[in-house]
Amino acid sequence: MSATIDFDKYEVVIGLEVHAQLQTESKLFCADSASFGGAPNTHISPITLGHPGTLPFLNRKAVEYAIRLGLACQCRIEKENYFARKNYFYPDLPKGYQISQHTAPICNGGIVTIPVQDGERQIKLNRIHLEEDAGKSMHDQDPSFTMVDYNRAGVPLVEIVTEPDLHNSEEVYSFLTTLRRLVRWLNVCDGNMEEGSMRCDANISIRLKGETRLGTKVEVKNLNSIRNVKRAVEGEIKRQITLVESGGTIVQETRSFDAGNGTSFSLRSKEEANDYRYFPEPDLAPFHLTDEYLETLKQSLPALPDELIHQYVNQYGLSDYDARVICDDKATADYFEQVVKHIPKQKAIANWLLGPIKSTLNEQGTDMTGFTLPPVTLAALIQLVEDGKVNFSIASSRIFPELLQHPEESPLNIATRLNLLQDNNAGNIAPIIDEVLAKYPDKVAEFRKGKKGLMSLFVGEVMKLSKGKADPKLTNQLLAEKLK
Amino acid sequence: MEVNETLVQQLADLARLEFSEQEKTEIKGDLQKMITFVEKLNELDTTNVKPLLHMTADSNVLREDRVIPSISREEGLLNAPDANEQYFKVPKVIRK
Repeated sequence: MSATIDFDKYEVVIGLEVHAQLQTESKLFCADSASFGGAPNTHISPITLGHPGTLPFLNRKAVEYAIRLGLACQCRIEKENYFARKNYFYPDLPKGYQISQHTAPICNGGIVTIPVQDGERQIKLNRIHLEEDAGKSMHDQDPSFTMVDYNRAGVPLVEIVTEPDLHNSEEVYSFLTTLRRLVRWLNVCDGNMEEGSMRCDANISIRLKGETRLGTKVEVKNLNSIRNVKRAVEGEIKRQITLVESGGTIVQETRSFDAGNGTSFSLRSKEEANDYRYFPEPDLAPFHLTDEYLETLKQSLPALPDELIHQYVNQYGLSDYDARVICDDKATADYFEQVVKHIPKQKAIANWLLGPIKSTLNEQGTDMTGFTLPPVTLAALIQLVEDGKVNFSIASSRIFPELLQHPEESPLNIATRLNLLQDNNAGNIAPIIDEVLAKYPDKVAEFRKGKKGLMSLFVGEVMKLSKGKADPKLTNQLLAEKLK
Repeated sequence: MEVNETLVQQLADLARLEFSEQEKTEIKGDLQKMITFVEKLNELDTTNVKPLLHMTADSNVLREDRVIPSISREEGLLNAPDANEQYFKVPKVIRK
């Protein structure tokens, strides 16, 4: 039946809620470690456990990180801030309430610019606010009990909420990839969805094209990778359209995605509506942000990936693709910038980063943070190619691997030691050319009859015999003379 | 504001408490008295008065981001109604 459904009749509207754990040392309201992976219940204190009489004490760094992210997303930063209590009962929430800025976010509005098929789109944000994480419940360790680990309880989070401004799974994928890059770039969150330091819930609804009212939304949770968010969104869109087309009605509910089979199941319907009874947290003093403080943070922000991509394309003439790959992570962009300082050959540097360096890192299963060759040394190697002393293929296949073994040695030294310097002595190249021409008398005849395309064959043969050392320009020149 | 059975039941549900019918009737009466008492404040015109969110004049009470070890797991689990060597144990939360 689904074959007859016209999916194009519908417009999809998606809003995302992304929780990102801030990379602070300690928790949001107490000095327990906020790090991931400790033995169960070892990062705890009376505050984390919600014991009577304990008081929260706000972490300065967490506030700073939330603002950094807000500034990078062009949010309006709220200067008068306070926290509220969100009241509900769940075993992973020891106090019986979560301390959150839900009612008064620190960052308002804002945008995230994402690449889409035909250019870019600015996705509108609703807000970014601070709140504390809950503990972790484990349901499958014991048949009759749920086990709770409070290490995570109180770890600082920002919740990034978009407007219902996304319209398909590709945009969702692109948004999350861009956001993850940004939080890593700013060093506020490690962006690891598998470990749960970045988590995403998607609110999805459909409506007929042209309809201005929003349809009934369904929230999909439990999405532990960007790929799974994309799959879940695709599945939910299909489920909703198929349901409506077969005469059904969408009910407002929360569904959980099962990555195993790609489907979702209903967790709870909103009929049992929650009543969180928000009220200002009386145990925490409000905090006020001055213009000077915000200005200092603004000045301390690194150049953002979008700015760099535009600079690399418009100023350096890199392709959009190359610029984006270089700006995929800050370590690569930083390295690129460092090499540029030594040698302003941006395209050549990009070729090295996307070519030999990338494949080396892939082989070693590491990323740019694990790349130790000093930028000045790579610049020297590029200079060697630019000067015509070696060609790129020799530089990347012979000198570069050797350089990784002996990073203290200069590229020129290595080239000399391995006898790789290009030969621009006509006296050495001429005999090789004679040898090649003697080897292919038929081709020489064809060339002379006008099959000029054979030139590359001759050049290639000379290169082969000279082990890549013959200077290509001189070789071409000498060949042309001999073939006259 | 009228306190009725529905409201009492809602509050009981939110607080995860169970009451007998007789208790509910008593609570309904008590709550109604309290709310009527507080409603006296509604007589005051508070237009243009900003809500008072905090009772102290303190602001910007912030701490540096430093880890200071607190209690051990053993100590933490001492007050738990139920626990094993590593975890707090609670009744099964979700059906699986």
